[in-house]
Amino acid sequence: MTKPLKQIHLAAHFPGVNNTTVWSDPRAGSHIEFSSFAHFARTAERAKFDFLFLAEGLRLREQGGQIYDLDVVGRPDTFTVLAALAAVTDRLGLTGTINSTFNEPYEVARQFASLDHLSGGRSAWNVVTSWDAFTGENFRRGGFLPQNERYSRAREFLGTANELFDSWRGDEIVADPDTGTFLADARAGAFVHRGQHFDIHGRFDVPRSPQGRPVIFQAGDSEEGREFAAADADAIFSRHATLEEGRAFHRDVKRRLAKYGRGPDELLILPAATFVLGDTDADAQERAREVRRQQVSGATALKHLEFVWNRDLSSYDPEGPLPDIDPDVSGEHIARGRAQVRMYRDPLATAREWRELAAANNWSIRDLVIHTGNRQTFVGTPATVARTINDFVQADAADGFILVPHITPGGLDEFADTVVPILQEQGVFRADYEGTTLRDHLGLAHPDAAGARRREAS
Amino acid sequence: MSRTSPPPLHLAVALDGTGWHPASWREPSARARDLFTAGHWADLVAEAERGLLDFVTLEDGLGLQSSHLLAPDDRVDQVRGRLDAVLVAARVAPLTRHIGLVPTVIATHTEPFHISKAIATLDYVSTGRAGLRVKISARPDEAAHFGRRTAPAIGDYESPASQERVAELFDEAADHVEVVRRLWDSWEDDAEIRDAATGRFVDRDKLHYIDFQGPHFSVRGPSITPRPPQGQPPVTALAHATVPYRLVARQADVGYVTPHDTAQARAIVAEIRAEQERAGRAAEPLHVFADLVVFLDDDPARAAARRDRLDERAGQPYTGDARIFTGSPAQLADLIQDFVSAGLTGFRLRPAVHGHDLPAITRGLVPELQRRGAFRRAYEADSLRGLLGLSRPANRYAA
Repeated sequence: MTKPLKQIHLAAHFPGVNNTTVWSDPRAGSHIEFSSFAHFARTAERAKFDFLFLAEGLRLREQGGQIYDLDVVGRPDTFTVLAALAAVTDRLGLTGTINSTFNEPYEVARQFASLDHLSGGRSAWNVVTSWDAFTGENFRRGGFLPQNERYSRAREFLGTANELFDSWRGDEIVADPDTGTFLADARAGAFVHRGQHFDIHGRFDVPRSPQGRPVIFQAGDSEEGREFAAADADAIFSRHATLEEGRAFHRDVKRRLAKYGRGPDELLILPAATFVLGDTDADAQERAREVRRQQVSGATALKHLEFVWNRDLSSYDPEGPLPDIDPDVSGEHIARGRAQVRMYRDPLATAREWRELAAANNWSIRDLVIHTGNRQTFVGTPATVARTINDFVQADAADGFILVPHITPGGLDEFADTVVPILQEQGVFRADYEGTTLRDHLGLAHPDAAGARRREAS
Repeated sequence: MSRTSPPPLHLAVALDGTGWHPASWREPSARARDLFTAGHWADLVAEAERGLLDFVTLEDGLGLQSSHLLAPDDRVDQVRGRLDAVLVAARVAPLTRHIGLVPTVIATHTEPFHISKAIATLDYVSTGRAGLRVKISARPDEAAHFGRRTAPAIGDYESPASQERVAELFDEAADHVEVVRRLWDSWEDDAEIRDAATGRFVDRDKLHYIDFQGPHFSVRGPSITPRPPQGQPPVTALAHATVPYRLVARQADVGYVTPHDTAQARAIVAEIRAEQERAGRAAEPLHVFADLVVFLDDDPARAAARRDRLDERAGQPYTGDARIFTGSPAQLADLIQDFVSAGLTGFRLRPAVHGHDLPAITRGLVPELQRRGAFRRAYEADSLRGLLGLSRPANRYAA
């Protein structure tokens, strides 16, 4: 018997505040007005996507002591936009990135529980961490969290939020006008949490929501991040979107689940993916090259090179060769509020490697950044892209993709109209929603059922 | 300046659970089981908009409702549990077109940075209809939900120690509002330039650090969210004494007060106006609204009987900070016009039972006031500031 075809999960990432988003395109609309979010969400729902995804950063980025002005700057508040989107969609899941360092569990739990009620069970939380004092300057708590404690705070934060979600069982509100009993349990919502990061107690004030808890996403890629995901997340927003990397990551993370008494279907792996479509594959490749040049202007190329060099390179010609001077590895990084710079663990080695690459290919600074930066994941005709996505999923390089269009808000329209019908026709993507909650779309059990199953197993 | 017509009257409605009477949830019109659904709130706000009201406020807190001012109770015979007010407002925003949406935010335990961008975003999703009602929390049990600091248990709210603590919380709330307002202005309106020639999306000279430093928090800025459509969404606060009057006078666009007669109303308005002058804001418009709890029926005897029945079900007569009105729409219109003569510019009505008294306001009181030429017959503006007669303010950081 052949293995049954896996069903693909698809999600839509609202274009973000980085150079993937091409704001200079004539079709590019507002990144702030609600009409853009509504258009994007309605397209995703029309295409029967699992969910919409919003990122968040809590301080405007700076480079060389100045606010970074080459990318889209500014975005709305995550919870508020998601609650408004719940009014213009019926089934689409609503995933928000919320930081566990610059929030408190009681408040975040009541916001997610509220969003889950107000959306009829469609909320999800991408738990992210940060430690930097730079972002902390906007908050009461400042930036005193040591880097090595960010995951311990994140895990305790999520654990505490789960205790709050679970402090209501779901059967407490009887609201019987005749007997005058509103609440069946005088202690509904009672909780006590004493831990390293949080010492809180009292009564949680939002009754059990339709999904019990929001669906939990994790996005970190470190060893700690993977372990966190295996223990506590329902889905991973990963960045391993090539076939081989994706398969290795998939194997690695799924292997960790058993330790936590979880089955392989209880954690979905959903890499971020970009795409460029065309009438022919060659046409799509040509469009992809154009998009890359729009994404990496000369000015952007110099700024991206500074991520590695950690020096002011504004005097260099982006159409010229790479700097002879080595990266500055002595001090604080000149790019602030940008997680990306941590990927270059050995800037001297990266610089050497890039100089060799540039010399071998006769690349300018801009050419190098275009080629080494985030290239599009899927490029081709709708049929090619549909086939590639399906191949990746069936080969266990992913369970689906979180698509990141480069144009706001219409960048998803073409995909919805051309690629999705092919996947539906092939029977690997839903033709219509079967359930009403995000857990239904993702095939995840309600936490009550999942908990009972785990207790039985142990 | 000569005035040919009286200043327009403003009407808001305060929504809390199923209504302000603790037994309201037992009324057939209350739909208590729908309290935690979007539909419940959408219907209430749609009804308020049908009545051309200026705005709705949404109550909130960071702990379960309680019959005690400063401590939780374990009662099971009243509504307990609620949804985050900002999110309820956002959920309703795309379904309405004119009415202002004013959720309660608690200054004591929340981050001004988060609140500022949340209300700015509410302003975007409602295209200019957001406001906020700021509130303090003096409840030790709510402090324990955050664990960030301990709040001493306050036995007697009137004791000097309690009053000192409350004064501190109001000072912190004033700082909170100051930060929220500065962050709204931290982007100039034309900061987004999308200049393809230079590759710059924003003109960073039009983004501003706010550099607020205070005893409770320091905030650097700028906001991550551009300046909201209204520039400064209206800030509102409920006030019962000199300390909160001062917050209203310094930081608010609308204050809610609780006079029980016109003499009290006159005295409160005078005190707020004096504080306003002291704060150097005498020239700025500042509305003072009276809060009234209302039991409304065409037949005043029915309203009284309904109130008696609800009190009996609750086991005790309903009392509170605000005057309780029981009677017909015409009688309420009389009272409102009387209060207007004492210098009040509007009213925030608290329906005793939402399902009954809100429609009585929109379908009874409003037509009565319109007949008297005292209330709008159509929405005359498309922003909340516009409805309140507030112009769009200049940005404090703009050169």
